[in-house]
Amino acid sequence: MSGMIATRDAYGETLAELGAENGDVVVLDADLSGSTKTSLFAKKFPGRFFNMGIAEANMVGTAAGLAAAGKVPFLSTFAIFAVGRAWEQVRQSVAYPKANVKVVATHGGVTVGEDGGSHQSVEDVAIMRAVPNMTVIVPADGVETRAAIRAAAATKGPFYIRLGRNKVPTVFPADYAFEIGKGSMLRPGSDLTFVTTGLMTAVALAAAEQLAAEGVSARVVHIGTVKPLDEEILVAAARETGAIVTAEEHSIVGGLGGAVAELLSEKCPVPVKRVGINDRFGTSGKAEELLKYFGLTAENLAATAREVLKAKG
Amino acid sequence: MKERIAVLEEKARNLRIDIVRMLHKSQSGHTGGSLSAIDMIAALYFHTMNHRPEDPAWPDRDRFVLCKGHAAPAQYVALAEAGYFPKEDLMMLRRLGSHLQGHPDSKSTPGVEVCTGSLGQGLSMANGIALGLRLDGRESRVYAIMGDGELQEGQVWEAAMAAAHYRLDNLCALVDANGLQIDGEVGKVMNVESIPDKFRAFGWNVLEIDGHDLGAIVGALDAAAAAKGTPTVIVARTVKGKGVSFFENKASYHGVPPSDEELPRALACLGCFEGFASE
Repeated sequence: MSGMIATRDAYGETLAELGAENGDVVVLDADLSGSTKTSLFAKKFPGRFFNMGIAEANMVGTAAGLAAAGKVPFLSTFAIFAVGRAWEQVRQSVAYPKANVKVVATHGGVTVGEDGGSHQSVEDVAIMRAVPNMTVIVPADGVETRAAIRAAAATKGPFYIRLGRNKVPTVFPADYAFEIGKGSMLRPGSDLTFVTTGLMTAVALAAAEQLAAEGVSARVVHIGTVKPLDEEILVAAARETGAIVTAEEHSIVGGLGGAVAELLSEKCPVPVKRVGINDRFGTSGKAEELLKYFGLTAENLAATAREVLKAKG
Repeated sequence: MKERIAVLEEKARNLRIDIVRMLHKSQSGHTGGSLSAIDMIAALYFHTMNHRPEDPAWPDRDRFVLCKGHAAPAQYVALAEAGYFPKEDLMMLRRLGSHLQGHPDSKSTPGVEVCTGSLGQGLSMANGIALGLRLDGRESRVYAIMGDGELQEGQVWEAAMAAAHYRLDNLCALVDANGLQIDGEVGKVMNVESIPDKFRAFGWNVLEIDGHDLGAIVGALDAAAAAKGTPTVIVARTVKGKGVSFFENKASYHGVPPSDEELPRALACLGCFEGFASE
C-alpha cells in the first residue's frame, strides 16, 4: 500500500494511454473535461475528443451513435449528471441496445465536498444497478481504476464506472489482477466481514486493524464490480464469518449494501448492517469533514462491527 | 427520371398496403404516422440509400435512423420489401418472440441500426453515427426521420446544435410534419413552428417540401447530399394517415390499427381489392 491518487486522475492518464493503443477509442465530455480529466486525452487526440457542451442527454445519444459506427466511446461528466440528467438516455440509447458505451462518471458521493448536495450523487449506483445489461464498477483506488478502465475498453457492452474527486490511498499492489465481477479479499478474518466498495475499502482496512487490537478478527472483502455481484466470495464470507458490515460512499438504499442484503437473504442469511448515507442528501463541507459527518469512518465501521457481532450472538 | 418516380410511387402504394395489412393483423401499432412517413422511407430505401440487404453490416452502407420509432411498421415493410427478412415476418409484428418489436430494436431486426422509440433521442444517435463515419473517412450518409411532435423534446435541439457545431454534412434529418400528435394538433398541444426558421437559426441547411411528392423528396435528398459544411433538414409537410381517406388528418388514428370492418375499405383506398377473409 503506497501513495495517494484520485481515481479521476488515474482515469485520465489511462484514457490517454488507451488512445495511443486503440484508434477506435473516442471520448466525449460535457464541459467538465478539466474536472473529469478527459482533458488529458483531448490534448493528445483532439480529433477523437468531442466536447458536447452542457448537454448531457445529447452526449449520451451521440456516444451510442459512435458505438453503432464501431467506435469505443468513453463519456464523462459528474455522476449526478451522467446518471441523473441523462438516465433515460443511458437506458434507451445505451443499455437497451447493449451499446458499447463506457459511462465513466467522476465526482461520485459526498466527497465532492463544498459544491453541496445538488452535486453529490448518493443514488447513482442504485440507479445504474437496476438497469439490465449494465456492468457497474466502483474502484477502490488508482490501481483498480486503471485496470477497470482497460477491462471496460476490452469488453463489449455498456459500463458504468464511478470515480471520485479526491485523492485516496492505494490499497492494491501494482500487479493486481482485476477481473470484472470478481471481489477481492484484502484481509483474512473469521469473526465478521466488511464488504466494501470505492474509497470505503481503505477505511474498512483501518477499521479491521482497530478491531484486531481488541481481539476481533475482521475480514475485508472489496467489491469492485457491484454488478454483476461476486456471489461466491460473499456467500463464503457469510458462511465462514457469520456477520457482515457493508460500507459505501452512497445511499444505503439500493447500492452495495442493498445488493449484498438481497443476495445473502436468499443464499445465506446472516446478520447484515449497512453503513452509508442514511437515505438523505449530501451537504456542503470539506470532503474529510463530510466523511465524518456521515459516519464513513473507521471508528463508525468498528462500532458497527461490534453491534453486528452482538446480533450474531 | 419520370419513370423512376412512377416506380417509387407504385412502391410506396404497395408499402402502404403492407402497413395496413400488418397493423390489421397485429391489432396494435401506429397507423397514422407510418402512413405519413412511408413516401420518404420508400425514396430512401429504394432510390437514395446505398445498402445491401444481404449484408446489413456492410461498413459503407448509408444509415437510417427512425427517430419517430412508433412508425416502425413503415420501416419494417421497407426492410421486408428490400429483402432484409421474409415478408411473412410482418404478420408477427409486436408478438411475443417476434424480431419485429413494437419500436425499432437493433438487437432483433436486421437492418435496424439503433434502438429508438423514446422520442428525442434518435437525432443524437444519428449525429454519433455521422461522426463515427467521418472519423473512418467513409462516404456513407446518415438519414434520420423525426416527427414534428417529437421536436418538442429538448434533446432534439441539443442534437441540432451539435450537428451544426460539428458541421455534419453527411447527416440529413427529415421532419415528418404531419401536424398531429396523440393529444391533437401539434400547434395546439405545444406549437413547434416555425420549424424551418428554428433549424435555420441553429445553423442548418433547410429544405421544405411536400412529403408525399416523391419527385420533391428525391430532389431534396439529392440537394442535401450536395450541401457542404452544414447538416440538412428536410421539413416534409405530410398528412397523417395519408392514402386511406378515413384515416387522414385524424389524431385518433395515431396509435389505432385498422379494424376488421375497416380493412377492406382501407385497402380499397389504396387500390387493393383482394379479399382477406382467410386472415
